Amino acid sequence: MKVFKLIFKNALRHKLRTILTILGISIAVSAFGFIRTVVTAWNAGVAASAVNRMISHHSVSIIFTLPLSYRDQLQKVPGVSGVSYGNWFGGAYKDPNDFKNFFPRMAIDPETFFPLYPEFIISDEYLAAFKKDRNACIIGQKIATEHGFKIGDIITVEGDIYPGTWDFVVRGIYKGRDATVDETQMLFQWKYLDEKVGQTQTARTGQVGWYILNVQSASDLPTVAKAVDDMYANSRASTKTETEKEWQQSFVSMSSAILTSLTVMSYVIIGIILLVLTNTIVMATRERIREYAVLKTLGFSTKHIVGLIGGESMLIALLGGGLGLFLTFPATGGFAAAFPTWFPIVVVEPLTITLAAGSAIVAGIVAALFPAMRILHMKIVDGLRTIG
Amino acid sequence: MSLISLHNVFKSYWRDSLEIPVLRNISFEIPDGEFLGLMGPSGSGKTTLLNLIAGIDRPTSGTLSVANTEITKLGESELAKWRSKHIGFVFQFYNLMPVLTAFENVELPLLLSKLSKKERKEHVELALKVVSLEDRMHHYPKQLSGGQEQRVAIARAIVTDPTLLVADEPTGDLDKVSAEEILKLLERLNTEFKKTIVMVTHDPRAAERAHKSRHLDKGELS
Repeated sequence: MKVFKLIFKNALRHKLRTILTILGISIAVSAFGFIRTVVTAWNAGVAASAVNRMISHHSVSIIFTLPLSYRDQLQKVPGVSGVSYGNWFGGAYKDPNDFKNFFPRMAIDPETFFPLYPEFIISDEYLAAFKKDRNACIIGQKIATEHGFKIGDIITVEGDIYPGTWDFVVRGIYKGRDATVDETQMLFQWKYLDEKVGQTQTARTGQVGWYILNVQSASDLPTVAKAVDDMYANSRASTKTETEKEWQQSFVSMSSAILTSLTVMSYVIIGIILLVLTNTIVMATRERIREYAVLKTLGFSTKHIVGLIGGESMLIALLGGGLGLFLTFPATGGFAAAFPTWFPIVVVEPLTITLAAGSAIVAGIVAALFPAMRILHMKIVDGLRTIG
Repeated sequence: MSLISLHNVFKSYWRDSLEIPVLRNISFEIPDGEFLGLMGPSGSGKTTLLNLIAGIDRPTSGTLSVANTEITKLGESELAKWRSKHIGFVFQFYNLMPVLTAFENVELPLLLSKLSKKERKEHVELALKVVSLEDRMHHYPKQLSGGQEQRVAIARAIVTDPTLLVADEPTGDLDKVSAEEILKLLERLNTEFKKTIVMVTHDPRAAERAHKSRHLDKGELS
């Protein structure tokens, strides 16, 4: 018989209590992993931002547009190596109340956009077809799969910002370079938007929502931002230029209270893990005080007894933690399936796994501390007198 | 030759600020191979004296030597090692681990030794044979009678071949027949295997089996 066998047998002495503790820990660990993954998904755009891209938009609000004429001037700003632009289109596809029908729809310049976004993987054939048709669109792999779109299909969207019925022909499907790239976007030609809007609202032509600037070096970002914003400071459409990360962060910060609450909740859950396990180990140790006194009488040292208590605590914590981590993946997978376009990038990060596993391990150690301290100070004769 | 010697041993407990003397000026010697019965009424200090001899408690003052080791001078971890080599303890309520089989319970003290698994198995089987329980080695304590549990406890106490066997009311929780079996077994361990035994009892019939009896009353030997 090995000591590990005794630890295992001790852990299974009260099967129901041990199983409930393991389940409690696993639910807490999976909830921790789930919440952190949701927070990570919320911040996915920020995390995936390129370090050398900047966004220049209207200084008052994103809802105001900038003239297309800025494009040529921006290209001449020192440090800028590429310029593209885009407009948020919005619109409604089929039933707008159905979550799955929401996916970002944006007008972009096909010539300049893709060189600035190398993380969008698209074949030359698709790109050529996209450039050829004015009403062509390129969609991400996720929405193609979700809605069963194929090349040649027509996607009809009812415009809201840009009224009317819009038909887009699917000419290409892009994939992300890695799991952090959003594959739920629909991109179509800016010229199609501009021309069709021009047919009814001539004042809205030649306007872009934002400019995308590719900057040669990250160290140039502050000087480029200043140069651009200074250039249009006194114009009718002044700009606010910021890094792509700051731009993405500005959207996320609108939900900062929710995110902070979720983050706090995830740490409260760690406390719950600790309490659940500590309660079980304290009860188990109290019931076995006499047995530990007997072991000490037989010659087992305090170190051995602490090892038994710690081992049992770690065993329960690891089983609960392992099961919890295992459950995190289907839980987050279900969440991703339920909100594919709202949260296009739902990935259980290695850091989340490490933190969840680490929490279980720390809980295992801390939960054993109080009972171990009791054993450390217990006199054998007092332990033998205990009625367990 | 004396195996155990006590000189001017005092032991007292503190309850809040009140000192309660339990043993007063105990001095005596126990020769090697002795079967000593310690008798006395409840609260006379006999279990406390046994605990001091077994090295699971410390005297307030005085010296105590067992097998040429002054155990009052040993630190906690040294004392634990010393107990594992020299002391076999038999409790009134057996104190077996309920989750372990008879074999595993007897094997427990050997986990502290450097014996191989095979050697441990041989020692455990021999100890269980001595107490005539080789056919119950895979039974759990709850599957054994009180007498059988106490025999397993005795096997656990002798499996390391200790210098001294101490027994605290070993028949106190047993019926007459089982108590008789245990006393016969202890006698056999003393006569056949030459084990020195110190047994605490308040049962005169149990004390009759010992070679010699000492009486404690209010913490003093008579």
